[in-house]
Amino acid sequence: MKTRAAPYRCAGGLHPVYHKSLTAAAATIPLELPSTLVISLAQHLGAPARPLVKKNETVGRGQPLAEPAGFISAWIHAPTSGKIKAIDEQWTAAGRRATVITMESDGEDRWADGYPQPPLPADADRKQQIDRVAAAGIVGMGGAGFPTHVKLSPPPEKAIDTLIINGAECEPYLTADQRMMVEDADRLRQGIDRIRRLLGTPAVRIAIEDNKPDAVKAIQQALSSLDGDVEVMVLPSAYPQGAEKQLIYSVTGREVPSGGLPMDVGTLVENVGTTLAVADALDSGLPLTERVMTATGDALSQPANLRVRIGTPFDKIIEHCGGTKTPPAKVVCGGPMMGTALPSLAAGVCKTTSGLLLMPQDTVHFFESMACIRCGRCVNYCPMRLMPCTLSEGGEAEDDELLEEYRILDCIECGSCAYVCPAHRPMVQHMKNSKARIALIRRERELTKQRTS
Amino acid sequence: MTEKDINLAISASPHTHSGASVRGIMLTVIIALAPALLWGFRLFGWPAIVLTATCVAACVAAEALSRRLMKRKLGIGDGSAVVTGLLLAMCLPPALPLFMAVIGAVVAIVVAKQVFGGLGYNPFNPALVGRVFLTISFPFAMIQWTAPDAPPTDDTHAVTAATPLAAWETEWSGQEETAGFFEEYPWVDLFFGNQAGSFGEVSSLLLMLGGLFLLWRRCIHWQVPVFYLGSVTIIALILYGIDPHRYLPPFYHLFSGGLMLGAWFMATDMVTSPVTARGMMIFGCGCGVLTMIIRVWGGYPEGVSFAILLMNAAVPLINRYTRPRVFGTRQS
Repeated sequence: MKTRAAPYRCAGGLHPVYHKSLTAAAATIPLELPSTLVISLAQHLGAPARPLVKKNETVGRGQPLAEPAGFISAWIHAPTSGKIKAIDEQWTAAGRRATVITMESDGEDRWADGYPQPPLPADADRKQQIDRVAAAGIVGMGGAGFPTHVKLSPPPEKAIDTLIINGAECEPYLTADQRMMVEDADRLRQGIDRIRRLLGTPAVRIAIEDNKPDAVKAIQQALSSLDGDVEVMVLPSAYPQGAEKQLIYSVTGREVPSGGLPMDVGTLVENVGTTLAVADALDSGLPLTERVMTATGDALSQPANLRVRIGTPFDKIIEHCGGTKTPPAKVVCGGPMMGTALPSLAAGVCKTTSGLLLMPQDTVHFFESMACIRCGRCVNYCPMRLMPCTLSEGGEAEDDELLEEYRILDCIECGSCAYVCPAHRPMVQHMKNSKARIALIRRERELTKQRTS
Repeated sequence: MTEKDINLAISASPHTHSGASVRGIMLTVIIALAPALLWGFRLFGWPAIVLTATCVAACVAAEALSRRLMKRKLGIGDGSAVVTGLLLAMCLPPALPLFMAVIGAVVAIVVAKQVFGGLGYNPFNPALVGRVFLTISFPFAMIQWTAPDAPPTDDTHAVTAATPLAAWETEWSGQEETAGFFEEYPWVDLFFGNQAGSFGEVSSLLLMLGGLFLLWRRCIHWQVPVFYLGSVTIIALILYGIDPHRYLPPFYHLFSGGLMLGAWFMATDMVTSPVTARGMMIFGCGCGVLTMIIRVWGGYPEGVSFAILLMNAAVPLINRYTRPRVFGTRQS
């Protein structure tokens, strides 16, 4: 196995202050079982899951609470044993309202009948293994929440020749992936081996930013026993290096076509946490009921890397970390570049929650947006080589023709443009609004077409 | 939602910022201008100082007044009016009557900037519009150059001198014997800034240092000055190679007139230059070619202001046709 620098360099590349030293060396601590868990049914991309349980029902750990409501959807399991208290609409970690199952833990943490399931050997039937991944409710844990079993079953004409394990973790503050690579490298190896066998042994590239030398070293050691075409790729630390399309380019030099998927260029990207979840599901029969996340920020007393059950309320996490140093003015679920500002601390951890960031008053900006001064910095830093300044103005004017011409739908909302903008324009807000509006218009157009034909 | 959630701020990502601001950029530009400005004060004395103060005050006042008339937010805090005032003053003859300077400042701010909606919306560089307006309106006053070695207490109108470019065009170009020109205007004087001219344009060295400072602080992109100065050098070199008696050597074109101020501070004006990397290269080249055409064949000995303003007009078009190829749209 080799270790080398990534051969390609994607466009853009910010160097924000990383603040990772707050937790980079902190060993992951398992958080004590909370008494109440708040489990969102919309914690993956696609249709929200359909509840299978009723109020006051007693459930065991691992018991399915909700089933997928479509091809792109996912199973959701009870994170511990206890009683269902409510099924209603609440604020979630995604910053939206969604159906949420609230359950009370009985403190026994008893597995449901039949869980954990028996392990599946590596030579088990491929479909059986992928079904197990689906049944374990695994979704992309880096943030996107795309159901993993869908990724693992590409149509036969899209052969995957490169499996990329995403350990870039380019978001400032977050160190969960780093800690998983350092602490769980052996299990990660098992996960990598399982996934690559499912895909017909493609080449494997583990991509890690060069600001995590401890992770690089741990992965090198753990993976040295893995035969075949396996390489550790060290990436320069630059945001958004870990964004899927940018990562694929840095590692393979291939550009995922506009509107396409990684499989269109023969690649598949799995996040470190997701890979571990796959290992858990196949080797130990465990559904996805917990994850590692970073609780951090200058308003938090004791920043830490935590192993938490899905559904753990955020205020419980803050309490466990010694409470707040100063009252937080903003609490972000995820990292500061792409995370979501939380409307409520009563929401619970999702499968995609990589971090909880508590920002004190003095680091929260309340900018007044000015007119664009055409400095060109956003154009210079856009990793998709878009013209964010033009898109932002087009968005304000709702000039949809211009927005489509300048390819707004290719925006990945990484926030690089807003980060460098001296006029403090809410670029990502403009992009999100415009994209949502254009998507709506397209859908309506499609519907009208269907109706008339 | 619980009680402690009430004070949580909600906004779209990102939740952090580089700290860059328009005011910060303007402040950096002012710092970058300072060496050349102070050198001009030293060289031309009180008239230059008063002229600068007048231009800056007039620009800020014009900005504040027009914002108020339009019932918009005041906005002078961004510092852009101060920068316009400084840039305008620096490209004027040091002994210009002050009422003319005020007219130039008002035209720069009101006509060239606020009429279009203020900072960010102006298609043309305000300071250059002010200067060109004065050049056309007061052609005589605008070429009354003070000799750099005149004692500052003198009646400055008495001691006038020709700028090297003007002297070459009117007296020396095409002569058999041009050595006298190079004796009268030695290259060291041009480079270090001991020449007649607009008082902030004389020291190429200090302007270049200011420009490099802007580059280092990432307030300007390298493409504009490099392609501007590069194209001027190449064109001057070719012409000089063709007929050294008719055309000045590249060195004189680079270090005289408003080229250094223009290439580092005017053409790089964010609002009025392209946003794409390739666009900046085209823009820089265009400025260089037009500057040389005006200088060599035009009616004015100096062409920087007109060249940049003409290229300003082309910026929307340049931006449109130099859009970067969006990731994932490779033609195959």
